[in-house]
Amino acid sequence: MTTLEIKDLHVTVETETGVKEILRGVDLTVRSGETHAIMGPNGSGKSTLAYSVAGHPKYTITSGSVTLDGEDVLEMGVDERAQAGLFLAMQYPVEVPGVTVSNFLRTAKTAIDGEAPKLRHWVKDVKEAMTSLRMDSSFAERNVNEGFSGGEKKRHEILQMELLSPKIAILDETDSGLDVDALKVVSEGVNRVKASSDIGVMLITHYTRILRYITPDHVHVFIDGKVAESGGPELAERLENEGYDRYLTAQV
Amino acid sequence: MTIVTNDTPAHVDPQSRLATVPDSSRASRTASFDPADFPVPSGREEEWRFTPVDRLGALFADGPASGHLERSVQLPEGVTLTDISGEQARSLASRPPNDRAAAQAFARSGGAVRLDIPAEAQLEDAARIRLTGTGGEPVFGHVVLTAGRHSKATVIVEHDGTAEYSEFFSVEAQDGADLTVVTLQRWNDDSVHLGQHQALVGRDASYRHIVVTLGGAVVRLNSNVTYAGPGGDATLLGVYFADAGQHLEHRSFVDHNEPKGTSLVTYKGALQGETARTVWVGDVLIRAEAEGIDTYELNRNLVLSDGARADSIPNLEIETGDIAGAGHASSTGRFDDEQLFYLMSRGIGEYEARRLVVRGFFADIIVKIGVPEIVDTLMEAIEEELATDMGTPA
Repeated sequence: MTTLEIKDLHVTVETETGVKEILRGVDLTVRSGETHAIMGPNGSGKSTLAYSVAGHPKYTITSGSVTLDGEDVLEMGVDERAQAGLFLAMQYPVEVPGVTVSNFLRTAKTAIDGEAPKLRHWVKDVKEAMTSLRMDSSFAERNVNEGFSGGEKKRHEILQMELLSPKIAILDETDSGLDVDALKVVSEGVNRVKASSDIGVMLITHYTRILRYITPDHVHVFIDGKVAESGGPELAERLENEGYDRYLTAQV
Repeated sequence: MTIVTNDTPAHVDPQSRLATVPDSSRASRTASFDPADFPVPSGREEEWRFTPVDRLGALFADGPASGHLERSVQLPEGVTLTDISGEQARSLASRPPNDRAAAQAFARSGGAVRLDIPAEAQLEDAARIRLTGTGGEPVFGHVVLTAGRHSKATVIVEHDGTAEYSEFFSVEAQDGADLTVVTLQRWNDDSVHLGQHQALVGRDASYRHIVVTLGGAVVRLNSNVTYAGPGGDATLLGVYFADAGQHLEHRSFVDHNEPKGTSLVTYKGALQGETARTVWVGDVLIRAEAEGIDTYELNRNLVLSDGARADSIPNLEIETGDIAGAGHASSTGRFDDEQLFYLMSRGIGEYEARRLVVRGFFADIIVKIGVPEIVDTLMEAIEEELATDMGTPA
């Protein structure tokens, strides 16, 4: 049983016009086995939350805390957070020329487990996960994200989630830019990991579309850098019908 | 060989492919065995403007034959190494020196070393020459390498130790020969090395020239190719890694003076540490008679830390439109912190992540090099460079 606890998190970022506060006191707790959907309009700070928890150097934590089973996540380096069991599926995965997917996956798995995976099992696991995500086997010899289509990049993110077995995964707009077929494949991947492990998921999305395939236990509406409302799956339905206008006008 | 790339469509106005127009045609540069034909460079000349000429005085100066490098040689059966006189060397030279340092290398070397690969020899093992500097007087060296008709051979020249060294290396790959020359610079960081490698590529011959420069305070190598008949193929590859205080300069000149030839120039370098400095200048001249040729040159630089500087200049002169292809690409990029974050967010430590990115940067040229022991040496050396500069991981 793992608990990711975010308390009163304030985060700033440096912009050309000066320091800007993006997160203004986020409270959120994600436990093993739970799926939380974080929904909100553009610019509300959803991605900032994801990257702050993962430790991107662009963001400065000014106050608040993030703990994983009581351990201070904010004190950990980016790699240590991943080793502790956090995973971030990125909205815009980065190209790494000259580094093959196969080399990358094996290096990451070795870093997270602290030892190299047993070759025979590993090859089989990678193959199976790729087949389930309908990725051609030639994929393993391509360079990380180089020349990948949008859908391929997202599948590759979910492939990593399957193989690295994190305790808590944050999926940052994994659904954006995907056609319906790709969305189904990616959602199936997430559901497979949920079914076969005790993973906790924080699903960040702009649209309700992905929630037809991945059912959240909790839905949080993110407005202006903090959680404005929390509820069950029914909240997503309401957002589908009403949009975010209600929150935005209330704020003014 | 046809090289198809996105940025070089097969049919465009040749003029539009010009990168930087040289101040005058490359063909008009002085070529002479007499140092007096070249004024001592001041640093204001186009071809010397990047070079710290104030540190090279000893290699420009007139004087008698002076110091030497320690030489150890391993030759496969059939390959001969002999000392010859300056006069003999001159008659064998594929082309005269192109600058003062190379002319002094010819004039002050007191004769040359001739390396001869007999016609039709098929050599499994590389011929290797290791040259070690022991400090002291400046050294002038002249090597004449002949690869006979239809021979197949690899020659590896390795440099280490401490020296001020100017060399003139004259290569002839005769008709149908398949010759690979590797020059490895692993000098101590107080060494200075100027070189001109002048190759003449025969009819249907295949010439591969591989430069690996890791050590030295100032290294400046000119790697040039001309053709002695149609259908010759030249591949010039270079890998360099500059640390703080190093000036590593690589220039190439492919003179397409015969029809149906091909050339591919690919240099990649990494820079790490303030004041690390690299220069790449790639000149290609396609003369009117060089119909049907195909050429492509590429230089990429990866800047790993602040304060390092890489210059990258391709020059393409085209005197005939009747060619199969001509193109170039050049870029210098900073180490990408987003790549670092991506890899580290998958649990990979910073040192390992940087290593992956740098190895990845060199991956394609390392595949092209294809000489296994050089690839191993190179990868080890790159690891060492990274470890030295970043501190070995705990």
